[in-house]
Amino acid sequence: MITIAEIVQLVFYAVVLLLLTPPLGKLMAKIFEGEKTFLSPVVGWLERLTYKLSGIDPNEEMNWKTYMWAMLAFNFFGFTVVFLLQFFQSHLPLNPQQLADVSWHLAFNTAVSFMTNTNWQSYAGEVTLSYFVQMIGLTVQNFVSAATGIAIMLALVRGIARKTTTDIGNFWTDLVRSTVYVLLPLSILFTIVLVSEGTVQTFSGYQTITTLEGAQQTIPLGPAASQVAIKQLGSNGGGFFNMNSAYPYENPTPLTNFLEMLSLLLLASALVYTFGIMAKAKRHAWVVWGVMFFMFASGLTVSLWSEYTTNPVTGVAGGMEGKETRFGVANSILWSVATTDASNGSVNAMHDSMSPLSGAVAMINMKLGEIIFGGVGAGMYGMMIFILLTVFIAGLMVGRTPEYLGKKIESFEVRMAAIAMLLPSVGILIFTAIACISEAGLAGLNNQGPHGFSEILYAFASTAGNNGSAFAGLTASTPFYDTLLGINMLIGRFGVIIPMLAIAGSLAKKKITPFSSGTFPTDTFLFGLLLLGTILIVGALTFFPTQVLGPIVEHFLMLNGQVF
Amino acid sequence: MKTTILQALRMLLVMTVFTGIIYPVAMTFLSLAVFPYQAKGSMIEKNGTIIGSELIGQRFVSDKYFNSRPSGIGYNPAPSSGTNWGPTDKRMQDSANARTAQFKLQNNLSAATVVPKDMLFASASGVDPHISPEAAQLQIERIAKVRGFNPMQLSSLKKLVEDFTEGPQMKLFGNPRVNVLKLNLAVDELQTK
Repeated sequence: MITIAEIVQLVFYAVVLLLLTPPLGKLMAKIFEGEKTFLSPVVGWLERLTYKLSGIDPNEEMNWKTYMWAMLAFNFFGFTVVFLLQFFQSHLPLNPQQLADVSWHLAFNTAVSFMTNTNWQSYAGEVTLSYFVQMIGLTVQNFVSAATGIAIMLALVRGIARKTTTDIGNFWTDLVRSTVYVLLPLSILFTIVLVSEGTVQTFSGYQTITTLEGAQQTIPLGPAASQVAIKQLGSNGGGFFNMNSAYPYENPTPLTNFLEMLSLLLLASALVYTFGIMAKAKRHAWVVWGVMFFMFASGLTVSLWSEYTTNPVTGVAGGMEGKETRFGVANSILWSVATTDASNGSVNAMHDSMSPLSGAVAMINMKLGEIIFGGVGAGMYGMMIFILLTVFIAGLMVGRTPEYLGKKIESFEVRMAAIAMLLPSVGILIFTAIACISEAGLAGLNNQGPHGFSEILYAFASTAGNNGSAFAGLTASTPFYDTLLGINMLIGRFGVIIPMLAIAGSLAKKKITPFSSGTFPTDTFLFGLLLLGTILIVGALTFFPTQVLGPIVEHFLMLNGQVF
Repeated sequence: MKTTILQALRMLLVMTVFTGIIYPVAMTFLSLAVFPYQAKGSMIEKNGTIIGSELIGQRFVSDKYFNSRPSGIGYNPAPSSGTNWGPTDKRMQDSANARTAQFKLQNNLSAATVVPKDMLFASASGVDPHISPEAAQLQIERIAKVRGFNPMQLSSLKKLVEDFTEGPQMKLFGNPRVNVLKLNLAVDELQTK
């Protein structure tokens, strides 16, 4: 049974998240509009220095295509650097364990993974990647892939707020402001707290010791805290160590666990508020936030209920397989729900070993496209797909041209939204099917029966949603999986970003239609219900069959005590 | 187009210097200066040699020590890992049954005793440094017997387990737990007293 103390922790978490959302959202809106804040005297010089060194005019406006090319070029070079760093790792410094060069397919997978803000771990940090690669490659992408997500959201909100223009902002300015004013200061503070609690931060090599019982133990170390801070804040999730935030050196105490969990959703939640301010639609933003929170709380309830139900296979309720004592069951489940809502994908417990329906909740969270708070920025622009569809459907019902925050939604926007919704879904379903009928796909399984299917399905849901968490029993560091999952991550990232930028460009060009009695209001409870309905219907139609074949079948077999 | 490419390259270089070099290096020096013990891994020394980290669980299977939770990796975290056995995995069922029987036999417990679930299942990291307070208490009698403790030492041992039981952090976060390595070090000291 869940204890009162655990319920108090869950409620406390939700309250802190809610209370921090408005002030942080407001601060970020000011920062992104270029206004002065208390941070300007602290890091303003760094912003100006960055522009100067990279030869950028921060006031230059871009149309959506220029914005897109800047984003793509920056991401492409980021990918190339991370790939090369791994491929030539043995020739580079700060490699105290003398780790070998990474294979082409693993290097490809990891480079794509960090560029796309997925941070899927085919690698096992402590035995694959040198300190140098972790810092120069991964930590950098942790910052800039998160900043890219925020930038795309800012472009979109400008498309909505501006009228009769082609300008949607400047990619470089958005990237730099997100990094310098938001991600970097928060990461610095967070690193210090993490280290004070026991997260390691050192360049020394691994420590080999003789234990009290006389066994040999090799303890991996490294500059972990600085990377853990940003991987939690930037919805990245790629662990410094293989076991991510279940490993004591990444997440040493219940306090760090709480702060890391809060970081999973904090910026994404606040950015919904930022969106509301910048689009001059605060009430609408609260409705969207409410829908997100409702889905988060529902998923959490189902997942907790399922995990605390007795598993007849072992006769134990709230099993501890793949969980850590200091966190217990409730904090492990809260993390699993928050991290899959947030497109973060870091873990503090093994999702593979959770009850079938807890796994199902995690998968649904990812398959819906990471819109329940979602990635930083990415959650809000992902949610825009469903908002536009909802407005469109409502418009069809009353027989008027749909409008959204004063902009007419026409066939171009709806087509783009449909593309952004379909591409990742197609990736998940087709690639899962390919893996299920190929020898290379089945070779990676750790579990048999429906749980084996779930392992494959989870991997493709996670990569398409740019989440990065895993049913980690699946052996994914093979040419087959590295390549397929890598491609899936690219589809899930750019298959959404590019249509969203096109929508931003198209909306910016339109006039503002004044609100009239015929306009369907988007800041009401009714709109929230319609939005929720659209999400659930689209999600159910697309993914119900696969959910049945995996976790739901397994749930019923488990209730009969069936094992594999 | 050419300007965009040049800008992208320069921006990546600048970001790499700031977030990939200056940030982690500065954080490392700051951490080593302010929190050297934690930053270096919370290593515990005994008679001048490092015998482990208080955060990294060790293999404790002998009768004279409080036993750790089961590990999927033999307690050697290079790399760390769980078992990733699913909820309908026969291996998990067999292990849980075997561990239940073993724990009862080892600690001379009645058939009706409920073995704490942290002792039945492998941890996520493979090096969970903690066990539940219940799991520690059930092992007290065995350890006292194996070590030939007199009644006074036995009551000191009971006191020790109580002292090493940590409640929720800040009275709010996490679950009650006992650090196995720290407790076992204290038990060794109790023996020599």
